[in-house]
This record gives sequence, structure tokens and C-alpha cells, in this order.
Amino acid sequence: MNEAKQEILSRIEVALKDVPKTDQKPDIYSQQDYRRQGDRSADEIVDLFVERVAEYKATVKRIDESELQQVMDASFAVQEVKNLIVPPGFPNDWLPDTIHPQHDNPESPLSHDELDQSDGVVTTCALAVAQTGTIILDAGTGQGRRALTLLPDYHLCIVRADQIVELVPEGFARFEESIKNEGPPITFISGPSATSDIELSRVEGVHGPRRLEVLVLNNK
Amino acid sequence: MSKKVEQTPTFEDSAKAYLDNTQLRRNIGHATHTIRDKRKDVVDELPDWEALREAGDAIKTQTMRHLDKYLLQLEESIQEAGGQVHWARDAEEANQIITGLVKDKKVNEAVKVKSITTDEIGLNKALAEEGIQALETDLAELIVQLAGDEPSHILVPAIHKNRAEIRELFKEKLNKNELSDRPEDLAEAARLYLRKKFLNAKVGISGANFAVAETGTVAVVESEGNGRMCTTLPDTLITVMGIEKVIPRWRDFEVFMQLLPRSSTAERMNPYNSFWTGVTEGDGPQEFHIVLLDNGRTKVLADEMGRQTLNCIRCSACLNVCPVYERTGGHAYNSVYPGPIGAILTPQLKGLEDEGVASLPYASSLCGACYEVCPVKINIPEVLVHLRGKIVDEKKRNGGLKSKFEPEHIGMKLLSRAFANSKRYERAQKIARSGQKLFTDEGVISKLPGYLSKWTNTRDLKAIPDQTFREWWRQRNE
Repeated sequence: MNEAKQEILSRIEVALKDVPKTDQKPDIYSQQDYRRQGDRSADEIVDLFVERVAEYKATVKRIDESELQQVMDASFAVQEVKNLIVPPGFPNDWLPDTIHPQHDNPESPLSHDELDQSDGVVTTCALAVAQTGTIILDAGTGQGRRALTLLPDYHLCIVRADQIVELVPEGFARFEESIKNEGPPITFISGPSATSDIELSRVEGVHGPRRLEVLVLNNK
Repeated sequence: MSKKVEQTPTFEDSAKAYLDNTQLRRNIGHATHTIRDKRKDVVDELPDWEALREAGDAIKTQTMRHLDKYLLQLEESIQEAGGQVHWARDAEEANQIITGLVKDKKVNEAVKVKSITTDEIGLNKALAEEGIQALETDLAELIVQLAGDEPSHILVPAIHKNRAEIRELFKEKLNKNELSDRPEDLAEAARLYLRKKFLNAKVGISGANFAVAETGTVAVVESEGNGRMCTTLPDTLITVMGIEKVIPRWRDFEVFMQLLPRSSTAERMNPYNSFWTGVTEGDGPQEFHIVLLDNGRTKVLADEMGRQTLNCIRCSACLNVCPVYERTGGHAYNSVYPGPIGAILTPQLKGLEDEGVASLPYASSLCGACYEVCPVKINIPEVLVHLRGKIVDEKKRNGGLKSKFEPEHIGMKLLSRAFANSKRYERAQKIARSGQKLFTDEGVISKLPGYLSKWTNTRDLKAIPDQTFREWWRQRNE
């Protein structure tokens, strides 16, 4: 065993001599009574999510899937997005004809410079949390690797209404299995990148995408 | 760490200079009050806030009691996920490991996410000595680095600087001829400057907010996206983590990821949280190292009362409510850990031999506001008093004759005699009552002579009344 490791472990053992060898790890979860499950209806959860995302100064709309192409087209026009990054597995028939998609895939990944010079990125998500207005990405189908949603200045994220849970604990519970097995990188996004470092005055947008748009698809 | 013992200035001495700086007091006062109010709003909106605090406290306390087991489990999980684990007994060892890893990559620049732990070990300086520039990418840390300054707050390190000062700094250091002082424009200047650096970075260095023993998952919590840049774009990622940051299970995040954002930035959730587990093929750094750092933490662990200090999740809520911090700012603490948490953490990490460090537990009025807001319920006032006791004991043991004749010591001795016996106590009251006449004005003493003036220089003393309750009671019976 490495010398430093051995010494740190023995320092800890000495430091913890007051802890009896029989000390049982208490079952924290059965003892604590914070909320693990929300009590809102499915529709209220979506409303809450939309309200909370908007408070972060992100653009958020609730639409039907049939409107998707048209809404995206309009958004891309407003945001002046032509050159659009599209992750592997993103449904092609959702994309409007007016943009130039740049497909990223594991065989020929786009370079950091290509991502940087694009106008934006469109993705789906793995899950969303209403309580905090958070979208969660796990690099799965339709989301792509982490750099895709980081370097472009504009991120449009499509969330299905049935992907939204109410509370933060519900969100973490959903990833427990995959984290233990495959361990994908997980990113929580709550609004556009921001800083309050100058006189605590909030500025939307520093290094991550400065513009975040979220489209919530109503259940069919 | 330097072997030569250099004495740190005392808090009292340092604070004086900062108290005279009205600009600084305005900046800090504005900042702490703004964030304090916002925090209250987002905390009050959670009906189960107290239950979450209890859970946070319980998880952290349990982790500390079994720290060795969780660290070994963490090591195994990270290795299994393709990461490499290093152990560092002190700052010097950690810096050696990191410098070696960066040199192996044959680069002379590394991008860094804000990390107080790397400030604690003086990593940037150690890298600079080897010709490697560690580039701070958090906006506030960049400001502090460009100014050759020190951070003054855990969350917002450049809080002591206002926009005009930052504009002048950027104009000079980033070669900007035209620049307004709007925060938007200043942030844009930093974005443009750092973007090129991110795109070309080969090595990223980060701290860690948490690491999960069960899965090996490491978390970085941030707002700007520079954390995502540093942990995603470079080929190699090196993370430095204090050993107390380990948490047992993935599910523990359901507690901490509610407590931390609301206590820290006063948001329901901060913009970005990154969780990575070792390395992932085709996504992010393909080489991941984590350095587990002791540097005094096992000393803190050894003190049963002080141990709770290690539960800290570095949210900085205690700074924002502290009446002392609000007036002096962070630099007066002469430590990378300022405010109430710094006043208990620094002395335990560094030891009480240094006079400046030993002055920190006195940088408090013991009002208890820090304990009330602490998301993991660290009883800071309790630890402050405990440390003060240790300092006095130390003095008594090592002070010799000189400290025996110190007025404070003699005063305390006399008081303890007087308080031990009711007759003596009443006699002392009578003496004090006649003695105070010279100094009393309308029931208030605002100026005492000699050694006692230390008290009245900063606050008034209420005079002892003409009659005590007991005297009145006796009279009544006659």
C-alpha cells in the first residue's frame, strides 16, 4: 500500500478511537422525513416546471408535438440559428427544413472548434424536475456528449411532459440504477449560464450557452 | 508548506484597516444583505427545510465516524470506473503529485475551476514555480488572479471590488481599450478571453463539492459554465478533494443538492451541476486523476467537539449573516477560509501555536446566526467557545510566570473566588457599587480606567444598581 494512503488511514483510525467498533451505520433514510414524493397532479407539475424555468430567464413554451417543427422554425429564425448541432439519435423528422444540421456521431465527432462556431444545438433530455426548473441530461439518445450542449451559444431542449417529476429526490432516484451500472456523465441545467460575481448583479450568460429555450411537449 | 514559522497578523489588527475602508464596507454590506434576503425567500418556500438540515447533519456526521471505510470504498469505485486515485498527506505532497501529472503532459498551461482547496494548498504558486500557468476561469477568481489579490468570500471571491475597479483591471490586463462598467460587458470580456483558452486546454484542474463512495461519482456545482468547460473539454482532468468531501451514496445528493444551492447562491438550483463517474469513452477527459487531501483534516477529526467542522459543504451562508464578517470582509481573517466557518476551521487545520490563527475564535460576538443558517447544522458558536477554552488552557500551560500575572488571569481568579461564596459575592458587589460612582453617568459606565478600558472602549456597561434584589427582599421583611 502506498505510504501516504497508509498514513492517512492510520491517522483517521487514531482520530476516531472514540467511535466504538460496533457503531452501526444508522439508517438515515428511514429516520428522516423530508419530502421524497410530490403530491401535485401531472398537469400541475408541468405548470410548475414551466413557471420555474421561466424564472431563470429561459424561454419556455408548452406545445403539441404536431406544432414542433413550426415552433422550432420560428425560434431558429428569431435566434438567427442556421448552423445547428444535432446529436446522435435526435429524430430527424422534427427538424425544420430551413436549417443546416451538423450531425455529431461517435465515428466522426465534430471538433471543439466546429461546435464553437455553430449557431446552436438542439437536444432532448433524460428527465426534468419541476420544483427547481431543472433539465437533466445523461448523454443518452438525442442528447449527445457533454461538449455539444456546452460550446454553442444557444441550446434548445425538448422535454416531454411525462418526463417531468415534481421533486429533487424523485429526480435523483431515477438515475440510481444507471449510475451504479453504466455511470454516464450527468448534467443538471437550470436556466442559462449566469454569474453574480460583479456586485452580485446577475448576468445571464458567461461560458455556457447564454440562451436556453425549453419546449415542453404535451402528452399525446 | 514552509517549515519556517511565520506569524500571521491577528484578526483584531487586520480588521482595523478594513474597518476604515468605507468603500469595502459598502461593497460587502450590500452583497451580504442582498444574498441574505434572497436565501431566506428560497429557504422559506420549502416546508421540509428543517428535515433536510437534520438529514444533511446526520449523513455528514455518520460519514465522518466511518471516514476510512468510505474513502477506501471511494478509491475502489473510482478505479473501477477508470479513474486514478492519489493520496496526499499535506499541501506539499498534493502539489508535487499535481505538478508531476501536469508536467507529464508537457504543457505549460492548465485551466482551473474555482476551488478553495487548491487555494489552501497554494497550488497555483507551486505550478508557477515549475513554469506552469494555472488559469483561473471563474469570473471572480479571474478578477482576483489578474489583480494579484486574494479571495475575500467563499462564494463570490471578488465581492470586495466594485464594477469600476473591475473595468480598470480588465482594461489593463485584457488589453481592452473600450470597455463599459456594465456587468454584462465585463462578463463578455471574460468570456472572449477565456473561450480560446478552453478550446485549446489539454489539462483541467478542479475541486470537488462531493464524491460518492458507492459509485465513484464526483460532483462540481457552479453557475457560469466554466466548471463544465474545465471538466469536459481537456484530455486530462485532475481533481483535488479534501477527504471530508466524501458522501456514502448517490441518493445522498437528494439532500445536499437541495441544501447547497439554496444556502449558497440563494437559488432553487444553481445553473449547472456536473456529475461524472471515472471516464466515459468518447465523452470528456479520457484520463482522470483525483487527489485525496488530508492537510490537517485528520487533526480536526480527532477533536470530538471540533469534528463537526468537517461537515461543512462550503455554502457561505454563515458569512452572509455574520455581523463581524459584514463589517470586516474576508481578508481580515488572513485565511482562505473566512467568516464564522473559517474562524473554527483555520485554527483546527493549522493549530493554535500561531498567534494570528489563535485570534480567529475571538472574531465573533457568539450571536448564533451562523448556526441558525448552517444547512448541515454545524454548531459554530459551540466550537468557537470550545476553541477559546483550548487557547486559554494552552496559555495557562505554556505561559509561565508572566501569564500568571496577566491582569485578565488575576481578574478571572478573583471573580471565581467571589462567585464561589455568597458572603464574598455580596461584599464584592458593595465594593463595586461605591467604586463605580466616579465613572457612572445616568446609570451607564462608558469609560473605565486602565486595563478595564478595553471593555468600555467598544461598549457601554450598565452600572450596578443601588440595591440588589436580595437587599430589597431583606428590607421588606424587616
